[in-house]
Amino acid sequence: MAEQTFKLPDIGEGIAEAELADWLVKVGDIVQEDDPICEVTTDKATVEIPASVSGRVTWLGGKPGDVMAVGGDLIRIETDSAAPVAEKPAEDAPKEDPRPESEPAAKAGPKADPKPEPKSEPSRPRPARADAPAAMVANAAGRPLAAPSVRGKAREMGIDLRRVRGTGPAGRILHEDLEDFLAHGAIPAAGPGRVQRTATEEIPVTGVRRAISQKMQEAKRRVPHFSIIEEVEVEALEDLRAALNRQYGEKRGKLTLLPFILRALSEAVQDHPEVNAHFDDDAGIVTRHAALHAGIATQTDQGLMVPVVRHAEAMSLWEQAAEIRRLSEAARSRRASPKDLTGSTITITSLGPLGALATTPIINRPEVAIVGINKMVVRPVWNGMAFMPKRMMNLSCSFDHRVVDGWVAAEFVATMKRLIEVPAMLFLEGHDD
Amino acid sequence: MTELRTSLLVIGGGPGGYVCASRAARLGVDTMLVELDRLGGTCLNVGCIPSKALIHAADLFATAQAQAGDGVCGISVSAPVLDFNATRAWMDGVTANLRGGVASLLKRSGVKTLQGRARFLDGKTVEIAADTGDTVVRADNIVIATGSRPADLPGLPTGGNILDSTAALALEDVPERLAVIGAGYIGLELGTAFAKLGARVTLIEAADGILPQYDDKLTRPVRRRLSDLGLDLKTGTRVTGWDDATGTLSLTDAEGDSTLAVDKVLVTVGRAPNTFGLGLEELQLRMDGPFIQVDDRCQSSMRGVFAIGDVTPGPMLAHRAMAQAEIVADIVAGHAAAWDKTAIPAVCFTDPEIATVGLSPPEAEAQGAVETREFSFRANGRALTLDDTEGFVRIVARASDHVVLGIQATGPGVSELVAGFTQAIEAGLRAEDIAATIHPHPTLSEAVQEAALGLASMPNHG
Repeated sequence: MAEQTFKLPDIGEGIAEAELADWLVKVGDIVQEDDPICEVTTDKATVEIPASVSGRVTWLGGKPGDVMAVGGDLIRIETDSAAPVAEKPAEDAPKEDPRPESEPAAKAGPKADPKPEPKSEPSRPRPARADAPAAMVANAAGRPLAAPSVRGKAREMGIDLRRVRGTGPAGRILHEDLEDFLAHGAIPAAGPGRVQRTATEEIPVTGVRRAISQKMQEAKRRVPHFSIIEEVEVEALEDLRAALNRQYGEKRGKLTLLPFILRALSEAVQDHPEVNAHFDDDAGIVTRHAALHAGIATQTDQGLMVPVVRHAEAMSLWEQAAEIRRLSEAARSRRASPKDLTGSTITITSLGPLGALATTPIINRPEVAIVGINKMVVRPVWNGMAFMPKRMMNLSCSFDHRVVDGWVAAEFVATMKRLIEVPAMLFLEGHDD
Repeated sequence: MTELRTSLLVIGGGPGGYVCASRAARLGVDTMLVELDRLGGTCLNVGCIPSKALIHAADLFATAQAQAGDGVCGISVSAPVLDFNATRAWMDGVTANLRGGVASLLKRSGVKTLQGRARFLDGKTVEIAADTGDTVVRADNIVIATGSRPADLPGLPTGGNILDSTAALALEDVPERLAVIGAGYIGLELGTAFAKLGARVTLIEAADGILPQYDDKLTRPVRRRLSDLGLDLKTGTRVTGWDDATGTLSLTDAEGDSTLAVDKVLVTVGRAPNTFGLGLEELQLRMDGPFIQVDDRCQSSMRGVFAIGDVTPGPMLAHRAMAQAEIVADIVAGHAAAWDKTAIPAVCFTDPEIATVGLSPPEAEAQGAVETREFSFRANGRALTLDDTEGFVRIVARASDHVVLGIQATGPGVSELVAGFTQAIEAGLRAEDIAATIHPHPTLSEAVQEAALGLASMPNHG
């Protein structure tokens, strides 16, 4: 009957503590070696911790939301397969595994599935209309509690009193309640008409969401942002992209717009190294990077994550495309390694078809610039003689005004515009001007 | 044969029929009313009104007799004399007065009143047979308000010495020995009145107690008074035969068979709706037992045919019929109306009176937790000044929010309090609302506020 205590392992990158995001096992569960037992979140990523032995879980070292020090006691597993374990045939044990691997839906919410034992209540919407009476207040005849004159008036108005909330003593329906009903509609959900929604739901900000929240707050608090929004014509780029996809799509995979932006960026940052930099504001040092490690802001079920295409400048369009696919897949399935999620030198944020007219993106500190891509639309463009329909797209870029001047930023954006509008320039190798 | 057309035809001139016709006519509906017998129906002619008059006269006589005995409040009289013919004449005067009032009301309202027996030919056509000839009335809307009649006891058909309530109220003399079969409110009211007028009354009830719809505590003062008045109450007793020649009733109870020599037998075993002989069979209206099934608009299963009062399921009470009458009149006149009453009050003019409205304690408990408070008239100043402290007021409130679900009372004059009880329940008041309403001193109504105070906080005098 050996019971082993396991500590929170070092999850890399000099991380000293991690937040326990969720248990995937509960006390009494039988785990197999390498089964994931919990998810922990650092400010970079969510990592699953596997069990290092097989056995029965006897104790859990915290509850979801707890921040645990690396090296702290995480879980105790009884490795003896005697009495209680023997009740279940060994081969059945894995099937009893409650982890939700096979349930993508359960995976979605960090706290949506009924698993771990010491666990705070999953946040659920409070009973809808918490301040409305749970049910109609009945009079002695079992009908809605209201004076005869109110009942008569309701009948004239065609109001079903069962749908009216009474505000009088004991929930008695008053004349005012009828007027209120006419003005604002029913409280109960039944039937047609507008309904007030009064439910609230508390969502604990934990894990990735907490990391996002802290990072965003720091960035917005410390960095004086300014944004430049520029209009870019993408007719040529889109024609090129379509041609490339026609030509190579089958074999190399379809290209999205992003690899072209990366390509443009890798050219532009050569001319404008001020924007491809880190600013250590505590030390007062700006580090300009020759490499383009492009963060790709990615929406996942857990929230915003920024996987990094490392050395994008050294990749072909298709390599970039493949890497972006791999990274976003990894981020969305919470398989991204800490390495995948750190070290970006500038970030691109794109909402695709939702990309709006313009945005004011927040810089991924300690970077000093972020490139926002807005949605592509056909707009009339004056060519000097007539309005022409052109596929247009806006770039919304934010900069850290402490270290990037407006002039520099404007030049950078103008460069990006030129490169995108005349995509041939993206592929002029070895230019040195 | 005359043929008439009207918008509304009301069959029956009782409290349901005449209220409906009068109200509809005043709302602008072309209205006719047909009555077989006398306007005012059972209530006015052979029910509520004459029985209350008889009870009043009997109470006066009983008081006079008490004064002739030991005296009452220091007042003594010598040998009071009952001239029952004069009493009856007075009663007839009361009913005639009211009947005249109804006729005048209908006339003033513009209702055309016909005399005769109505019979449906179809859902829109009624044939009215009268001595003067037949009339056919075609009406867009027809209201059946034909009321009810005393129910017979099988094997004891009324006639001769076997009386129903109508015949009892028409007696020319107070019978020396009267047997009353059925200890419901009619039997108790009339039995008590005749006892006070000098009859030796035996009450025969098949059930184990009187007024079975009420709880033991509520009927206890009545039983006590019956005993004081010398009424012989035989519960758990059935009538098995009647020998008219010798005036002998054969009875049987748990102890065995017995006989009872009486002069008259009053049968008060309930009432039956007047739904036969109307040609209703032709209409094939949906029935509920012997009653006409109606919806909350008092509409029968046939469009344009309404039914109100005792022919519809529910307590056979004049005020229920009148409330239904208002609804039908309003509907026929094009207004939105429907039966949505929370409670129908009921009064037994027994001695003392019993008045109830809403849910009884057991009925209320069946719906959930309740709180109940009583206040006795023994602690009520006005009751003491009336020399009658029998009885109490009881409020049944929902435990969770003190919404008043029912009020019961027995005692002097509680029939005049029950309208207030009903108002509280219809309005959906809580005990606190009644408690916070000033009830004037010194009145019997203070007992109501005291009972409510008992629920809300504490009674001031208890």
